[in-house]
Formats: sequence, structure tokens, C-alpha cells
Amino acid sequence: MAIDWQAFRLTLQLAAVVTVTLLILGLPLAYWIAFSGWRWKFLVEAVVALPIVLPPTILGFYVLVALGPHSPLGRWWISLTGHTLAFTFTGLVIGSILYSLPFAVQPFAASFAGVDRKLIAASATLGASPLRTFFRVIAPLSVSGLITGAALTFAHTMGEFGVVLMVGGNIPGVTRTVSIDIFDRVQASDYAGANQTALSLLALSFTLLAIVYGLNRKAWLLGKA
Amino acid sequence: MKFWKTFVGALLVASFLLISSAGPAQEQTAPAPETLKTELTVAAAADLSSALKEIAGNYEKKTGVTIKLSLGASGALTQQIQNGAPFDVFFSADMDYPRQLIAAGVADGASLYEYAIGELVMWVPANSLLDPEHKGMIVLLDPSVKKIAIANPQHAPYGRAAVAALKHAGLYDQVSDRLVLGENISQAAQFAESGNAQVGFVALAHVVAPEMQGKGKYWKIPADFYPALAQGVVTITLSPHQKEAAAFVEYIKTKETGKLLQKYGFTLPPI
Repeated sequence: MAIDWQAFRLTLQLAAVVTVTLLILGLPLAYWIAFSGWRWKFLVEAVVALPIVLPPTILGFYVLVALGPHSPLGRWWISLTGHTLAFTFTGLVIGSILYSLPFAVQPFAASFAGVDRKLIAASATLGASPLRTFFRVIAPLSVSGLITGAALTFAHTMGEFGVVLMVGGNIPGVTRTVSIDIFDRVQASDYAGANQTALSLLALSFTLLAIVYGLNRKAWLLGKA
Repeated sequence: MKFWKTFVGALLVASFLLISSAGPAQEQTAPAPETLKTELTVAAAADLSSALKEIAGNYEKKTGVTIKLSLGASGALTQQIQNGAPFDVFFSADMDYPRQLIAAGVADGASLYEYAIGELVMWVPANSLLDPEHKGMIVLLDPSVKKIAIANPQHAPYGRAAVAALKHAGLYDQVSDRLVLGENISQAAQFAESGNAQVGFVALAHVVAPEMQGKGKYWKIPADFYPALAQGVVTITLSPHQKEAAAFVEYIKTKETGKLLQKYGFTLPPI
């Protein structure tokens, strides 16, 4: 069987949407984690790290049941959008955002925390607002961490399997991602097809990651100069 | 500092409570005296989940042979067996997968036995406004039906049966964009049970299981809508427990087991 390019498009689209969303949501969260002096901050950090520890089946189970039509939250979502979260692209996006959260937030927060506090203080002394300080001082000095976080999020979403298997329903063009397509081919004894798809994904993932880390190196060199 | 002392103290107390409450349970699972009990590892189609649990329980009581069940889509299990999965017996939801394994030399052709015929039903939750019991498959065209769960026809016999039934009813083209695929017939049932799909094509064996009682209403798909789901069992050639595996297959042929299979919604093949 030929390669299912639709599944590739869908997977790339999912990874891109999740990465952009996590950049928007993750930056403020990482900023807060890096600079907040709140005593209970470690609890938030633990929650952010949870998806690294928990199996994706837990997330899948809750999307299906706790956000399904039998739950108040699920009914609210259905009244809002007209359909369940399961079996939709939005459902996959939300599942992936939760599942990839630490892969974005942790590198972001680590690189923010690594910025020399004196520079931040200097910027403030010179009258720059915190927002301006963030974009003019903190972010440029953290480019490497930002690129790493975005790349990890993208890669992690590309390789997602468990959540998609549990809540996707295997709909072509909507929820059948490459990982599901490969799984189906193996189950159906289509080894040649599985092999072709897997090799294409391997090549694509390597190329993307190589570009990202190449860029990262350049950013690092520029930072040094 | 004071906070950390309290925190660490609380953690210690909590872990002590956990350990002490887990204590007695560990004593209960003290190793049983070494006997020559054999353990059979059985791969079975997902529609057998309830029936085979009871059958295995009876068999264990009778013979002392422990049965470990591994449930999944027949195609997926076939795949695993072909690649050396350590199963002793394989219950498929069709006859083709066992034959495929026999042809590959992985299963014993002499052991092949048709133990039951599975039935396909169209299921909706009890509170659904749809009325499949009286209206049949035409309810699929109701606008409230956004998603229809079936097993993946690529590797689950019940999924193929569902597609055949939809085509027979002339509805396939109209509903194909609303189908969601479960990895096996149990996942399809779970999609419908959780309400995420409004209708599910599932095994009769699933809806008559005790834990499903009162949860839904269903319509039995007429037998001429899809090729009969004749289900076969084979023993696996690589198994080190050939004798025990063959004995278990013999037990499946007994009247006692036949009655149990019927209780769980299977039809027995004509002798």
C-alpha cells in the first residue's frame, strides 16, 4: 500500500498547532515559574511535570469519560461546540497540549532562570516595563531554550500515540495520525507499508530536528559574538 | 525551615501509613506451595471477554490448570502469534485468522475447531431517543447520530461484519464519514457506552454481559446482512504445553461450555 500522505499532513498540522499554542500559553507560565517567589510554586511545577510521568492512557481515559457527554463538563463543551471532544481534531489538540506541556515549559523556564539577574535589574532601572524587559532582554538571551522547547513540543506531538489511539477513533484526515496509520498497517500484516511510512517519518523527523538544532547552534554563536 | 520540617514529617507519616496498610495484603500473597500446576496463556478475541473468563474459571477449578487471558482484536493477536508471542491457544473471532496461522505453520491444523458463531448487534445507550429495537438500521440516518462506532475492519472480524451489514442495508455511503473505529470490538463498545458515539456496532456477547445489563437497547442485525461470524480455536505449535492446550480445546467442545457460550450470546455451530 502507498504512503498515506493525508496522515502526514494531519500529523504535521497537529504538531504545528500544538507548538504555537504552547508557545503562547507556555511563555507566561514559564516566566512565572522562573521568577515567582511564591512559597507553593513547587506544587505548580509538579503539576506541569505530571505528563512526563503519567501514561497517556490516563489522559485518554479522562478525555473520553470525564469530558464525554455523561459528565457536566462534557455536556458544557457539547453545548458550546455541538460535538464531543473525542473523535475531533480539537480533542487531539487539547490532549496534546496537556501531554506536551512540560516539554515546552521546562526548557523555557530553565533558560529564563539562567538569564543574569543583573541585566534584568538594569533594564528595570533604565525604566523598561517588565514586558519590554521580557522581549528585549530575557527572550533574546533565552533563544536557545525557546527553540529547544518548541522543537521538543513539536517532536513529542509528532510521536504521540496513546492518547490518539484512545480518543481519536481513527478517522482519515481528522484523527488518523501517522503513528496510528503505522500501528494499523502492522496489525493488518502490511509490513511493507508500515516500513515505508515509518522510514518516511524517521527521515522527516530527523530533518526537522537537524534544522532546529542547526538554527539553535547559530543562535548560540550569535549570542556569543 | 520550619515549613520543610513539617512537610517532610507529613510525608514520612503518609508513607508509613501506606506501608502499614499494604502490609497484611503482602502476607496474604505468600507463595503457594510448589505444585505441578500448569499455566496456559490464551489469546482470545475481545468478544469472548466475559464468556471465556467464566469458562476459564470453571476449568481452573476442575483441573488446577491456570488460564491467563490476553484479549484483543483477532487480527492483532494473529500478528503477535506470527511473530512468536508465547501463547498456547488462540480463540479467533473468525475462521480465517486461525487458517492463516495454520498455513504459516504456527498453529496446529488438526486442532482447529469452530466453537461458536458470534452475533452482531446495533447498540444505543438506554437513555437514547433512538429506537433501534423497532426501527432497525434506519435510525443511523437520524440527525442526532453524529458518530457511529465500529471495530476496525482492517483487523477485527466484527468490524468487517459491521461494514458488510451497512453495505447490505444500503447505508454505508451515507454514514461512512461518521464512522469511528475502535481497535477491537471492546473499544467500539466503549466508544458507544461512554456516549462519545451515539450508536455502536458491537458483539451480542458484549451487550448480554452482566455488567452491561440495563445500560442500553439493541437490535440484532439479521443473519443474512453479513457473512456468519464463525469463530475458530487452534493450539499454537510453539507452545511447550501441547497436551494441556489440546485438553483445554477438548473442554471447549463439552456441552457444559457450549451452554455457557450460549448464555453469553453466542450461537453454537450445527454439528
